[in-house]
Amino acid sequence: MAELPKPLGLLAELTHRCPLGCPYCSNPLALESRDDELDAGTWSRVFKEAAALGVLHVHLSGGEPGARHDLIDIAANAREAGLYTNLITSGVGITTRTMRDLWEAGLDHVQVSIQDADAVSADRIAGYRGAFQRKHALAAEAVRLGLPLTVNLVVHRANIERISEMVDLALKLKAGRIEIAHVQYYGWALKNRAALMPTTEQVTRAVAEVDELRRKHQGKIVIDAVVPDYHARFPKPCVGGWGRRSLNVTPSGRVLPCHAAESIPDLTFWNVRDHALDDIWANSPAFNAFRGTDFLPAPCAGCERREIDFGGCRCQAFLLTGDARATDPVCHLSPHHARVAELAAVQEDTPYAYRRM
Amino acid sequence: MAEGDVISDDAKPRLPRGVRLTHNEAQGGWVLLAPERIFKADAIAAEILKRCTGEATFAGIVDELATAFNAPRERIRADTSKLLLGLAEKKLLEL
Repeated sequence: MAELPKPLGLLAELTHRCPLGCPYCSNPLALESRDDELDAGTWSRVFKEAAALGVLHVHLSGGEPGARHDLIDIAANAREAGLYTNLITSGVGITTRTMRDLWEAGLDHVQVSIQDADAVSADRIAGYRGAFQRKHALAAEAVRLGLPLTVNLVVHRANIERISEMVDLALKLKAGRIEIAHVQYYGWALKNRAALMPTTEQVTRAVAEVDELRRKHQGKIVIDAVVPDYHARFPKPCVGGWGRRSLNVTPSGRVLPCHAAESIPDLTFWNVRDHALDDIWANSPAFNAFRGTDFLPAPCAGCERREIDFGGCRCQAFLLTGDARATDPVCHLSPHHARVAELAAVQEDTPYAYRRM
Repeated sequence: MAEGDVISDDAKPRLPRGVRLTHNEAQGGWVLLAPERIFKADAIAAEILKRCTGEATFAGIVDELATAFNAPRERIRADTSKLLLGLAEKKLLEL
């Protein structure tokens, strides 16, 4: 067997609690309760084990990490473990005081999600009145403190026409980076797919617009894009390959190869309460289920892109074909590719099913 | 200040907030970390970057490295300059 790869990134979902209700939330439909959350001491151990395993970046995420009253201790522990510590926040539920304490604790970077450049639309998407204003204020405070800021925009039908305005907003906030991420359809987003799905024309225009914006703002802001994969020809190399680059710890301590992995039935996830992280990385059944590329059937078997995209996303393969080992049907070579185009053509103006506990 | 491809002797290079040099045994040594980005630093690059604190001048750093490694100052100066200008262009270093 090939040498075990070393992970580079850890997504630490500190809690599933969140004041917002975004209909594309990446958390699972079955949210974990506060009573099951790991304590700060356990997170501290996990961070040390992660660094020893090779992890360099930790992303403190959720839910809304600000819902944890011990967030500052958790961030300090991550820094102490030697990890590059990034806070991924909605900006709602974090006070300017907390932001200052996080800065003092050594936080390296902040990522704030903003739902739209239009305040009314942004609040409607988040399902929370006043969210836009609060996010704006918190992002400004982070920059004032000297923290590097990334603005994250999740793109879908309700905001896809305002990408350029979002980049202007990020520039105004003095963000160093903006992530323009088209919705990926898992969990809540899958449930809301027809309400979120842009038209093919909108997607084509948006992709061209992002290229243009990148040229226009070169040297002023880094624009990273997550492609709209239902409209792609090739699948994304999901999480850089299963069990290859990253791991995800849920609020209760379950360790997943990616945040959506629980959507694949019959996988056995181990918990940091029972096992050390290196043991989980090397030996847990879930991590070994799709490691490497040997399990991939045709058309991936023998395909020259097999080591580039690893056959795409296992969760998407399962969700759209019923077989987690199949080629991700986003690939135009997949026998199920026509199904993706059919689904991408369905737009319905139904109310969002907001993400709620 | 950097002008063209020259760093002035009294420039005080520093890693900006959000860019950090760290040692990770499992990854085999020193790495320079930024948001969503990782650069492996070889032993020489690490020695240079450790000195980019915003306090030492470029000339001072070159002198120190030339002494520490018992190497010709001009060569050290050229190598250091190349590394720092490359990083500055990627916004991973302030000059």
